[in-house]
Amino acid sequence: MVDLQGFGTQLLLGAALTLELAFASTALGTLIGLGLASLKLSRSRLGRGLADSYTTIFRGVPELIIVLLVYFGATIVLTNVARLFGSAEPVELHPFIAGMLALGFAFGAYAAEVFRGALQALPRGQIEAARAFGMSRSLAFRRVALPQVWRFALPGLGNIFLVLLKDTSLVSVIGLEEIMRKTSIAVSYTKEPFTFYLAAAVIYLVMTIVSTIGLGAMERRANRGVRRAAR
Amino acid sequence: MTWLKTAMIALALALVGGLALTANAGDKIKIGTEGAYPPFNLIDEKGELQGFDVDIAKALCEKMGAECEFVKQDWDGIIPALLAKKFDAIVASMSITDERKQAVGFTDRYYSNLIRFVGPKGKAIDTSETGLKGKSIGAQRATVAASYLEDKLGKVASIKLYDTQENANLDLVNGRLDVMFADGLVMYEWLKTDDGKKFEFYGGGMSLDDGVGIAVRKEDEALKAKLNEAIKAIRADGTYDKINAKYFPFSIY
Amino acid sequence: MNVEVMANSVPKLLDGLALTIELVALALAIGIVIAIPIALARVSGRAWLNGPAFAYVFFFRGTPLLVQIFLIYYGLSQFETIREGPLWPILREPYWCAIIAFTLNTAAYTAEIFRGGIEGVPHGEIEAARALGMSRVLVLRRIILPRAFRLALPAYGNEIIILLKASALASTITLLDLTGVARTIIARTYMPIELFAMAGAIYLVVTFAITRAIKALEHWLSPQTRPPRPA
Repeated sequence: MVDLQGFGTQLLLGAALTLELAFASTALGTLIGLGLASLKLSRSRLGRGLADSYTTIFRGVPELIIVLLVYFGATIVLTNVARLFGSAEPVELHPFIAGMLALGFAFGAYAAEVFRGALQALPRGQIEAARAFGMSRSLAFRRVALPQVWRFALPGLGNIFLVLLKDTSLVSVIGLEEIMRKTSIAVSYTKEPFTFYLAAAVIYLVMTIVSTIGLGAMERRANRGVRRAAR
Repeated sequence: MTWLKTAMIALALALVGGLALTANAGDKIKIGTEGAYPPFNLIDEKGELQGFDVDIAKALCEKMGAECEFVKQDWDGIIPALLAKKFDAIVASMSITDERKQAVGFTDRYYSNLIRFVGPKGKAIDTSETGLKGKSIGAQRATVAASYLEDKLGKVASIKLYDTQENANLDLVNGRLDVMFADGLVMYEWLKTDDGKKFEFYGGGMSLDDGVGIAVRKEDEALKAKLNEAIKAIRADGTYDKINAKYFPFSIY
Repeated sequence: MNVEVMANSVPKLLDGLALTIELVALALAIGIVIAIPIALARVSGRAWLNGPAFAYVFFFRGTPLLVQIFLIYYGLSQFETIREGPLWPILREPYWCAIIAFTLNTAAYTAEIFRGGIEGVPHGEIEAARALGMSRVLVLRRIILPRAFRLALPAYGNEIIILLKASALASTITLLDLTGVARTIIARTYMPIELFAMAGAIYLVVTFAITRAIKALEHWLSPQTRPPRPA
């Protein structure tokens, strides 16, 4: 690694935090997305309405604003919730958690559409067969639908992950010392904005390349055993 | 379905890790500062907070016998973050003003400052309203300098507000700004740097505040009283002067 | 929630919205002009055309827009040759730096969307046009581009929304766009939740309107999917 006037290590530390944040947000977003997709496909009109409003809002408001709103707003909401349970202590939200929530919420909104598509791509007959075997609705969903949804959803989820990876840079505005924040600190020290923002760009590019390769491998693994027509 | 479990485990780990970071350890005092305002508060190449504000805060905590923890926060969100209880006190070179007093409480001052114009050497721009007409003037967002520019010169000059003083300085160097309006002590320090050599003060300083103090939430009267006593104590026992001398060859109190 | 502050802020926020829309509209317009040749280079099958086009797309899609903005605004001005150069009158203005960053960014995404559209045009149609004696350029103009545009429209609609949301980053380089105005008001009212919620709501209204407009355009451009009009 180039030394970058002593800031090389700091940038790498930032990169590690960026990755942690990206993975944590992806985990949260995947769960939210799956929940929303089931709601969207449910028979409950209320459920569908709620899920649709959620995706409209979180896909229509800039991620930067979501990050800032969660950072300033969540503390107040959480403190009030804690008060309901009799705690007078203010609940503090670490920037990492605030960032994870904000990015996870946004990821969930996009993932919901991907999962919905994936669930709809399932051959109906399979679910009917599972039901005919006497599986309950939820068991059929868990045993038959979910394991296959993964395969259909992976390419879409991969794209959202790549977007999320870059959106982690927005969390620098609430003080989390990921790549962007570390870079700004280095710039204010060295007065060499071009050098350091370019270094940051290179780190993001490397992470994108590695993620793309990783996602490709995961897709191949998910598709093993899928029969293809001979070409 | 291992992937779903993986997601849940990852999330649980992140939450536990995050909560561990957040855990409120008793009566620790959390101090908010910016970390982008040399020589008062800055982050060094090891990622550590340094500067006059930081040294003063540490000395005050020692005097109060309190355990302190620093929280870094961008300047334009620093008062909202205090109000949202992200920390208990702001030690970040904050000017005491009536406007801010409506939102927060202030201790007595721990140093005094003047706001001054800075521009390229030899240009001698007149800093009166007519002299600044049509000029591009920079300041940090959410500072007394910014408020003054917006109120007094907003109609005649082009006011550019920056997230950090450092970014504003970059634009003064590269010529995007004709003049800068900022804290005289900060600019005094900056004029000594390689970048600052080609610049100078224009005109005298303006007193736009009642000195620089520590901001606390209005209801935290007890903390305010404790901080005031600690300020008196470090003034009296020479600690303050030692810190002062580390940064400035003259008294800034 | 301080409703009065929220209501009072609306006129100023709408001023900011005007700048936001101006930045986005200009960047989209120039972006399309740049994206078409890049997309054609990508499908040309010639390495010397495809290579640079791929590198361009890869860089701008692989790094965060925030890094790109800072590279252009603070980074380029690090160099004396640029500050003394003929482009400085443009590059010294944050307005043009934002336009340049947004344009280069959206052009990369748009190029990939168009590439998908061009590759989606059925071969038979192109062969038929060639068989009718149309020149390559004419085929491109009359058959490939119009068809590709229609195929790419849904994805391009998403790109418009994404750029609109990403434009909130203009506030980081002193511009008073919708987010910038919100931050300036917060600087004196200390009410981030109220102001960001208000700004977020305005973004939401605009993104919602754009989504609807794109849907209407898609419908209008697909007469074959409409039910026949009663005679």
